[in-house]
Amino acid sequence: MSLLRVTGLTKRFGTNEVLRSIDLEVRQGERIAILGASGSGKSSLLRCLNFMELPTAGVIELDGQPLGRERRPGERIYRESELTQVRQRIGMVFQQFNLFPHMTAVGNVMEGLRTVRRMPKPAARIRAEAELKRVGLGDKADAYPAHLSGGQKQRVAIARALAMDPEMLLFDEPTSALDPELVGEVLGVIRNLADEGRTMLLVTHELGFAYHVATRVIFLADGTIHESGTPDEVLKNPRQERTRAFLASHKQYSL
Amino acid sequence: MAYQWDFTPVLANAPLLAQGLLNTLKVTGTSLVFGLALGLALALLRLSSRRTFAWPAGLVIEVFRTTPPLVQLFWFFFALPLLVGIEMTAFMAAVVTFSIQSAAFFAEVFRGGIVSIERGQWDGARAIGMNHGQALRRIVLPQAVKRMIPAFMERAIELMKTTTLVATISYADLLFAANEIAQKTFRPLETFTVAALIYFVVIFAFSLVARQFERRLAVSGESTVR
Repeated sequence: MSLLRVTGLTKRFGTNEVLRSIDLEVRQGERIAILGASGSGKSSLLRCLNFMELPTAGVIELDGQPLGRERRPGERIYRESELTQVRQRIGMVFQQFNLFPHMTAVGNVMEGLRTVRRMPKPAARIRAEAELKRVGLGDKADAYPAHLSGGQKQRVAIARALAMDPEMLLFDEPTSALDPELVGEVLGVIRNLADEGRTMLLVTHELGFAYHVATRVIFLADGTIHESGTPDEVLKNPRQERTRAFLASHKQYSL
Repeated sequence: MAYQWDFTPVLANAPLLAQGLLNTLKVTGTSLVFGLALGLALALLRLSSRRTFAWPAGLVIEVFRTTPPLVQLFWFFFALPLLVGIEMTAFMAAVVTFSIQSAAFFAEVFRGGIVSIERGQWDGARAIGMNHGQALRRIVLPQAVKRMIPAFMERAIELMKTTTLVATISYADLLFAANEIAQKTFRPLETFTVAALIYFVVIFAFSLVARQFERRLAVSGESTVR
């Protein structure tokens, strides 16, 4: 059974329709890379899945349970308590890290456990330190974000998401804000998570990484899924003209 | 003929001045505490997406920001007993006036501080399952307050000086005491000089402590002190 099922997902900002009736199914253990030009709606798609943005229309089911309830045909309303539950089950990592600058690295990772899960401090600290170790930052627990490099910040952000034991992870261009020499350490951590069999959706411009790590690749254009398939199908033998153009523009300056 | 300064009559009345200072600090401190709490509440109401909350809060803020403190003080002390039969001591009237007035000011400071926090901080908080209140309390407010400290300081100092208005409703603050001593001793120059000096010392010491506090907060790398 699918972990997440999206039916007819539509998102409008005012009159601007950024997602047009998207259907998507994510199975346990799948790793889906989402590609697309800027403005294609890929970030909005990701942000709708954990309700950072509320869908304008459409139904999202988690573990077979449709979220929210229909107020009138085509319009759903969501309770805050339901959404905070969902967000604990679907973790998110942002392009700009969004670490809490007034807390140390371990403080950032503990925060959800303490405030949301009400876990006692010692237990939360142990768990948080373990997560930091997992992303290779065991020695940076007491450092404030201001004293960490971009790559380290993003790894703390990943540890923060992992601490909540999410069933699925959303990565929103996790390496786009990083200096090129720092990209590798973050991709390495994501790679490890992939090898653990975690379910993840990844918006990225790192085509090589998508090719090697993803089980499925989706190409988004104009708010719709333009092409979808295995990495080989989409990245090596794209059927759609726009996918080909997109890939060509990305490979233009590769060695 | 040069004026002969003589501070001895003033110093002889030191206990009176000390009591006055204590009363000034009492009014200032109490008003600051209530002002902060009420100010935060007003700010949250004003930021609310519901207009039934936002609009009245906005009205209170604007009325108290734009009318003279002396008028507000008279209003609470003289008009309220006449209109609705609520009698207040001079201290209560002073605290009510300066609390609401500070709250109006602090509300804007809080609001400015809260909206200055990047959207990404709310995102980060919500992404780990926090609700609005948790995100506000744990993530947004602690950062916002840090940015507000200079404005708070400024207001606290301003308030301590504004409380001299309570002398007009016969509350025995520092200035009221000074005035009495001046009339008793016929030494107004000396008395008011000493009073001014006391204000200077207290406020200056307060500024130093606050600056130190700000510097301590700067440890986390985000601060208003450079």
